[in-house]
Amino acid sequence: MTDRILKRYSYNVSANDFTAAGKGSSAIKSSLKSLGIDANVIRKIAIISYEAEINIVIHSYGGKLHCDIYENKIVIISQDSGPGIRDVDMAMTEGFSTATDNIRELGFGAGMGLPNIKKYSDKLEIKSGNDGTTITVTIRL
Amino acid sequence: MNIREVVDIVKADVLTKFHDENTEFKCGFAGDLMSDVLAYACSDSLLITGLNNPQVIRTAEMLDITAVLFVRGKRPGKEVIELAKENCLTVLATEYTMFKTCGLLVINGMKGLDLDD
Repeated sequence: MTDRILKRYSYNVSANDFTAAGKGSSAIKSSLKSLGIDANVIRKIAIISYEAEINIVIHSYGGKLHCDIYENKIVIISQDSGPGIRDVDMAMTEGFSTATDNIRELGFGAGMGLPNIKKYSDKLEIKSGNDGTTITVTIRL
Repeated sequence: MNIREVVDIVKADVLTKFHDENTEFKCGFAGDLMSDVLAYACSDSLLITGLNNPQVIRTAEMLDITAVLFVRGKRPGKEVIELAKENCLTVLATEYTMFKTCGLLVINGMKGLDLDD
């Protein structure tokens, strides 16, 4: 069965906590290394999960990051409670950002988050509404 | 270009130990926007930045980058240095501006990234 989750790693992500931001992705990266996953695949997943984690920190009221390991794929799921993405098509445009100047001073909000996630993924699904956003990213092994 | 040459060229201070004195950089990537770094930089880049917060180290970690050079006299705080040490990342700092740092490194043979690669 290829659609059975062999292992799931989950991390809580707090809104506006730029000191802790990246801890979940760092832990996911370490876990994947210990499983002996190919370094190039790990790098792609690390970038995807880090961008997703930063998005939760910047744009939501908090959420969770999951990394599901299957036999032939890895799926990163970012779930947040928050205001949602008003215009998903615009959010996918390189350089488009709703981040504030404060966020830009921290080095984010360049409008590259979702485009970067798409760039490194094999499949990307975004569900967004008034009560939050779920981003599901698949990377084939 | 290797990391010792970088230190000499931009008169950098080494704020951590050299985690690997033989580190060779295929190219340099300069920027203060971490999403741009995540989009374009490769693992054998030297990351050159004026941004001074833990997310610089996190970004380098995700990309398997092994060294960060802070410009404009920025001195990262203890928290940043500790995070770098945890990730076996070498941290350098120069008083030169971003422009002068990049210019000196390019003049001395460091390549920039070709986005078509």
